[in-house]
Amino acid sequence: MLGLDKKDFTLLLVVAALVLLAPFILNPFPADSAMAQFNAGYPDLMQRFVIFGIFAIGFNILFGLTGYLSFGHAAFLGVGSYSAVWMFKLLSMNVIPAIILAVIVSGVFALVIGFVSLRRTGIYFSILTLAFAQMSFNLAYSVLTPITNGETGLQITLNDPRILGVSATAEGGIPVTNLFGLEMRGTEVLNIGPWAFQFNNGYYLCGVIMLIAFYISIRIFRSPFGLMLRAIKANKTRLNYTGLNTRPYALAAFVISGMYAGLAGGLLASMDPLAGAERMQWTASGEVVLMTILGGAGTLIGPVVGAGFIKYFENIFSKINESVLHGWFSFLPEGMENGVVWVTEHFVGPGWHLTLGLLFMLVVTFLPGGLVEGGQKLAGLFRRKSKSEAPDGAAQKHPAE
Amino acid sequence: MSNKFTRRGVLKTGAGAGAGLALPTIFTGNVWAAAHSGYTNAPQGSSVTLGFNVPQTGPYADEGADELRAFQLAVEHLNGEGDGGMISTFSSKTLQGNGIMGKKVEFVTGDTQTKSDAARASAKSMIEKDGAIMISGGSSSGVAVAVQGLCQEAGVIFMAGLTHSNDTTGKDKKANGFRHFFNAYMSGAALAPVLEKLYGKDRAAYHLTADYTWGWTQQESIQAATEAIGWKTINNVLTPLAQTDFSSYIAPVLNSGADVLVLNHYGGNMVNSLTNAVQFGLREKQVNGKNFEIVVPLYSELMAKGAGKNIAGIVGSQNWDWKLEDEGTKAFVQSFGTKYGFPPSQAAQTCYAQTLLYADAVERAKSFNPCAVAEALEGYEFDGLGNGKTLYRAEDHQCFKDVLVVRGAENPQDEFHLVEIVEVTPVGQVTYAPDHPMFAGGALGSCNPGA
Repeated sequence: MLGLDKKDFTLLLVVAALVLLAPFILNPFPADSAMAQFNAGYPDLMQRFVIFGIFAIGFNILFGLTGYLSFGHAAFLGVGSYSAVWMFKLLSMNVIPAIILAVIVSGVFALVIGFVSLRRTGIYFSILTLAFAQMSFNLAYSVLTPITNGETGLQITLNDPRILGVSATAEGGIPVTNLFGLEMRGTEVLNIGPWAFQFNNGYYLCGVIMLIAFYISIRIFRSPFGLMLRAIKANKTRLNYTGLNTRPYALAAFVISGMYAGLAGGLLASMDPLAGAERMQWTASGEVVLMTILGGAGTLIGPVVGAGFIKYFENIFSKINESVLHGWFSFLPEGMENGVVWVTEHFVGPGWHLTLGLLFMLVVTFLPGGLVEGGQKLAGLFRRKSKSEAPDGAAQKHPAE
Repeated sequence: MSNKFTRRGVLKTGAGAGAGLALPTIFTGNVWAAAHSGYTNAPQGSSVTLGFNVPQTGPYADEGADELRAFQLAVEHLNGEGDGGMISTFSSKTLQGNGIMGKKVEFVTGDTQTKSDAARASAKSMIEKDGAIMISGGSSSGVAVAVQGLCQEAGVIFMAGLTHSNDTTGKDKKANGFRHFFNAYMSGAALAPVLEKLYGKDRAAYHLTADYTWGWTQQESIQAATEAIGWKTINNVLTPLAQTDFSSYIAPVLNSGADVLVLNHYGGNMVNSLTNAVQFGLREKQVNGKNFEIVVPLYSELMAKGAGKNIAGIVGSQNWDWKLEDEGTKAFVQSFGTKYGFPPSQAAQTCYAQTLLYADAVERAKSFNPCAVAEALEGYEFDGLGNGKTLYRAEDHQCFKDVLVVRGAENPQDEFHLVEIVEVTPVGQVTYAPDHPMFAGGALGSCNPGA
């Protein structure tokens, strides 16, 4: 169906179901319970899940499939965001032109950077991309401030010269991003008993775009082009000796993944019209590498899982503070309570990086294939006879030379 | 390939997917809140949630930690716990220690990481998930401007924490945003007369400036104020915020003919650049027959601690200092010191004051509606929060109050007395017109209650 075999199509359906039902799935605890702290079903975080999912899917095409580790992918995300916000400022608050421009600009940007960087492979390639990304970051941060507004970030204001649309609404506010009139921030709350489920327009737009992006990624993985990319990952030299020029293929993969990143950046700006330079910093580039490895590089669903995992930690664990902990452990005797809280608080709140780092170490040590491998192992436990191929048909091992 | 699908299976999944796709379209309208109330996050039940968004990691983490302490203290006092702090000295007597309008105050915290993006994500989750009705905090003007924009869109009140850029209540001002802290223009206006008195009219200044919104506006303000007293400006060099070694920026100062160095740096930047400048022997130097001087326009105790002995004798300005003698300051320092064991920083004071001001505005407006609260704050005059008589100006939502000119102590008795107050500049001297060129180019817009 849709040009996919049964296994891939099932995977697509599962992902589609997860995306559509996310407001329910991510909100398992009643709003007034103590566990509500762990609910992730609010629009902003759900949007981030799918947007960074797109980012990681695109990165995986380059890293997981082609074997080029780019340390500068955040640059494309940032370029996408800036283009989208400029589109809002100059043309219209409709998100479609903004997203299209974001993809095009980041694609062109990726073409230029890729053309230079792909002359080298391995660590040299990584360093080149890192250098370009840091260059872009510094340009955005301090040199091109008329275009990027520097550290403050590019925002829409009350006196933007918007060609299609108004500079300010009748009530004197800044107009909001929309899809042909459907406001991106519009949210409907469904109250069922103590649960409050939030359905957000922007989230569903991102979700649908993510499904399309995911579908395209499956098609690329399964196409002859994808096979060529796998071949580059397996042994580029051998491919060269057979008379094939691999660079156009690698460049194509680089541009595609750059456009994915630009799409993610454009969507970020569409959900929240602000573009900050720190989106392009090397930490942001490193984050997508972590997402991909944590979830499972080279697998279809892995990057999305990894993106969700990291964003969950960043947004949920970082908000557990001392007084919340005291609430949890109040049943303990006082001395013990303070002790437990003292230990725990280093792993939550500002210490969320520590918890994430520990988990990352555990995953890399015991599950080199990422969380997807963990899932497969679990499934294998229940299903005695594991199939010869991995459930999502990815992560095929290539023989060494 | 797809022939394994039965007709029944396809119909079933198709119907399921169709229903799923149609689901979001059932709901229409823009509701960022429990409806009916007419504004975002109307408090339901017996409690009200405030969101405190401070840097817990990154370069301003020290300031963030102190802000959080102040917020916790303010919430305790609002809920009638502790000794009540500045509630007893506050000129408005609406706060009774029974929460806000009888609702118990609860709070959520978040980490801005001193990044606009992260700060907005954190503020958004407070508004969307935790139902925060007011967001406060922050320790960087870039972040304050970004979060203020978000609060305007979402329809909640933003009570800015430590933000000193002119833009926060100038070009980027918003109807839902309020700032208690002073700004770069006020620093310049307060410093200039003191600098004239100390160093004379005939001086040549060299500026090193942090390259972002706060640095730019502060440099502009200081240059304008010092040129008005007859100083010359030799050069202004922008330094990247991430810079840690300023030697290469200090060396050219030596032969530039300048006899004053102005460091428009904050936090770790200022500690490093000042240390470099002192290492280069600038302070012992004689230029144009005068002693070479260094000025740091925005000062804080936390920075003084970082810079150690190098800070001695260096002049700057502050919003507030715990050594002030008024009743409000005494009460605040007393309860903060009792709880945490050391005196509060100016970041803590502004955050504490902002929380009380918000609570009081709600009481006076008799509503949590952001528009009603904004109206109650606009043009409001109060006293007893440590800064003397203060006005929340309606035109730009900026507080006008006395500004302190301070100097690094030569022989501090302990680590809490690193800074001594030189002069309290009266509010009249630092007041400016709302359409002053340094603040022009923005508009408040109209208040947005969300929903």
